[in-house]
Amino acid sequence: MKVALFIPCYVDQFYPQVGIATLELLTKLGVEVTYPLQQTCCGQPMANSGFAHLTPNCDSLFIKNFSDFDYIVCPSGSCTLHIKEHLHDEIRPDEALSIRKKIYELTEFLTDILKVKNLTASFPHKVGLHQSCHGQRGLHLSQMTELTAPPFSKPERLLRMVDGLQLIELDRKDECCGFGGTFCVTEEAVSVKMGKDRITDHTKHEAEFITGGDMSCLMHLEGILRRQHSHVRVKHIAEILNAQ
Amino acid sequence: MSSREKTLEALKKNQPDQVELPAITSYEQSEKDNVLQFKNTLLFIGGQAIEVNGYGDMITYIKEHFGEAKRILSTIEALHPVAEIKAHYPDPHSLEDVGLTIVNAQFGVAENGAVWITDDLLPARALPFITEFLAVVLEKKTIVPTMQEAYDRIGISDYGFGVFIAGPSKTSDIEQSLVLGAHGPKGMTIFLI
Amino acid sequence: MKNHPELAEQFNTDEARVNWHDETLWWVRTKRDRMSHALPEWEQLRESASQIKNNVLSNLSDYLIQFESNAKANGIIVHWAADANEHNAIVLSLLRQQGATQMVKSKSMLTEECHLNEYLEQNNIDVVDSDLGERVVQLAKEPPSHIVLPCIHKKKEEIGELFHEHLGTPKGNADPQFLTHAARLHLREKFLTRKVALTGVNFAIADTGEFVVCTNEGNADMGAHLADVHIASMGIEKIIPQRKHLGVFLRILARSATGQPVTTYSSHFKKPREGKAIHIILVDNGRSIHLGRPDFRNALKCIRCGACMNTCPVYRRSGGHSYHTAIAGPIGSILAPNLDMKKYADLPFASTLCGSCSNVCPVKIDIHDQLFKWRQVIVKEGYATSGKKVGMKVMNSVLSHPSLYRTSGKIGRWIMNHFPSVVNNKLNPWFRQREMPEPPKESFREWYQKNKKR
Ligand code: SF4
Repeated sequence: MKVALFIPCYVDQFYPQVGIATLELLTKLGVEVTYPLQQTCCGQPMANSGFAHLTPNCDSLFIKNFSDFDYIVCPSGSCTLHIKEHLHDEIRPDEALSIRKKIYELTEFLTDILKVKNLTASFPHKVGLHQSCHGQRGLHLSQMTELTAPPFSKPERLLRMVDGLQLIELDRKDECCGFGGTFCVTEEAVSVKMGKDRITDHTKHEAEFITGGDMSCLMHLEGILRRQHSHVRVKHIAEILNAQ
Repeated sequence: MSSREKTLEALKKNQPDQVELPAITSYEQSEKDNVLQFKNTLLFIGGQAIEVNGYGDMITYIKEHFGEAKRILSTIEALHPVAEIKAHYPDPHSLEDVGLTIVNAQFGVAENGAVWITDDLLPARALPFITEFLAVVLEKKTIVPTMQEAYDRIGISDYGFGVFIAGPSKTSDIEQSLVLGAHGPKGMTIFLI
Repeated sequence: MKNHPELAEQFNTDEARVNWHDETLWWVRTKRDRMSHALPEWEQLRESASQIKNNVLSNLSDYLIQFESNAKANGIIVHWAADANEHNAIVLSLLRQQGATQMVKSKSMLTEECHLNEYLEQNNIDVVDSDLGERVVQLAKEPPSHIVLPCIHKKKEEIGELFHEHLGTPKGNADPQFLTHAARLHLREKFLTRKVALTGVNFAIADTGEFVVCTNEGNADMGAHLADVHIASMGIEKIIPQRKHLGVFLRILARSATGQPVTTYSSHFKKPREGKAIHIILVDNGRSIHLGRPDFRNALKCIRCGACMNTCPVYRRSGGHSYHTAIAGPIGSILAPNLDMKKYADLPFASTLCGSCSNVCPVKIDIHDQLFKWRQVIVKEGYATSGKKVGMKVMNSVLSHPSLYRTSGKIGRWIMNHFPSVVNNKLNPWFRQREMPEPPKESFREWYQKNKKR
């Protein structure tokens, strides 16, 4: 099984520990992972701002980097979803299509492909899980509260395998945090208010850590937490699943 | 070109290829007791159902609860001891002072507590709205599970006006606080026979 | 003219009010959940409703012709209006025919879209909105902020104040029960004296030529059954093929809208009363153009339940007026650009694309995907702000060139390490209320190269 690691650009630059945790976790589970060195970004920031027509170069680069692998694993639901929904290439349409099918967000790769039943991780803290919208509603990593359908949650299942971890309940299980890509700066007022309200839901239920599958949402929440001088910290789910 | 032609032409040009109508299936309901569900739902939406054995019971109930009403109207002959019985009121404005109205309904719907009334059962279309309180006589055996069976029952029947009424008139427009009696009846009683 | 971010920022200057607005609407979403989750067939009903509407859009012209001929046979007079102006002119001419200078009106978002009230006022017609929420905003000289709950942005104290001023209620009384009763008395007089009443239309049935109006208050019926002339204004997309399809739509409409099992009144108007008249105006106003946009046409399936607004985390925190269009929220943001792409270029961007709207929509409109697609169209048509354009071009060239990307990332981190004030200043919208991420010593790539070269 040839597995490539796709580390989103902002994780590479600002949160290398998330990439490291992802790599270590997968290695621990017996997967040999390669990180193609020429990778940059999925193109989502442009596309979501209405500039999808500018992304062909970014797309071809992505295909060049990743088409040789059986699986591509990415510790971000949002970037994974973008590739799944929007990657295309005029010259190599089939390769683009096959990449769309073999890219996996980290937690779904763990539950659906590796079928992980237990983990050797320990994280003795009260943790709140932030369901990032793209992972949840886009990739269907968890059931959505709007639907009349049986509940499930892939990230939650994994977190429950971690020793000592206490998952807190939230009032609003899957409300958006307000990051939203460029939304976080173009609609600053609403974005920050949404983030504050998410944080309140977690702190009200005594979370010590807020975790999730998308570092972008967590970066936004962290920015607000630090401005509030809060003791609550954010941690990507890979870091918790890899914690000793 | 008239606006009619203009619109129709643009639509013809722009509408997508024919998409078939889906088959509409009925769904089995978890609550099998239609009468029980009807009563519970009606209570939930601010109305109340009273089981009666006949018109005698209704008359007693009306005397007891609406003795003070200025004007009581009905289309049901048997209620003449307590109500003014008339088949038609040509000027609905004359109904402004009606305190209670008692009419028949064709059938009820268990899932939402609604009753179906067509204008042949009404002496004026305005009456079930303008009256201060509304009472409806409903045969238990007519209650259907959902709106889907309701429309099966209505079928292609003809009427000038027909209405599903589910409980008293209400509004939550002010800060989502529920208030009964917005413009229409302040209360709704259903006599189940 | 202020845009969505500016209006939203204004709304957010009073945080307590934002909290209240958010919680009130979330409560409506919760009520909706309770109802929809209680029906195991809910998702199938949504699918049926969606398919019926798809069929409608594919046959709209035929269904309208069929409706017209059946309605005429029922004695209803049918008018066609190509746009808002024509619609308004038809209403005015009907009023003039009656010699009426006053009209009572129940809720119709279409008349909001057409700005009918302003038009009639300019022509010296006194219009009274009879839906309680609409009357409140009418007295406040504001547009509705929500399609189902028109005055949801107003606190009861403000409504008490308005009623004190206009209806003479005692100052300081803000009890909803009391205020509703005062409105009942005030509006009853209008119902009893108006010769012409206008209502909206929720559904019109091609097969039978009848139309259905849904209300909780009973105001549409009070108006229509007491007036000599009933005018019904209807967007052409409101047609459905057969009566039995109401069995699907009436099961989902109120459950989605307010969490009620059905609205109090679902009134079926088929024939006028003896000696009285019903007029129906079929209004296009951009709908036929919208139908020609394959990516966006299914927004015309909307049954105006408002569920997408109640669930929208942005709407709840920016208020309906921040959308500066008659229909606010997610659905408004995909409808408005069809009418005026330039004026409403900001609306498809007023979303995080979280997707909750598409999940609650009872007719399964792909709202958040359309928001994404409108962004592409708006940018291509040249309506993006120019600052954004330059930034995006730079971002793109950086991200499509690995070496450039590595340098710029490094530069970015270096700047953040050494000159925090350059990026951490008041002009940086990220930093106004958030800290920047703390830059690490090395990127993941650098770490990988050091540690993984085995
Ligand atoms: S788009 Fe869907 S959810 Fe929104 S108002 Fe229309 S029908 Fe309701």
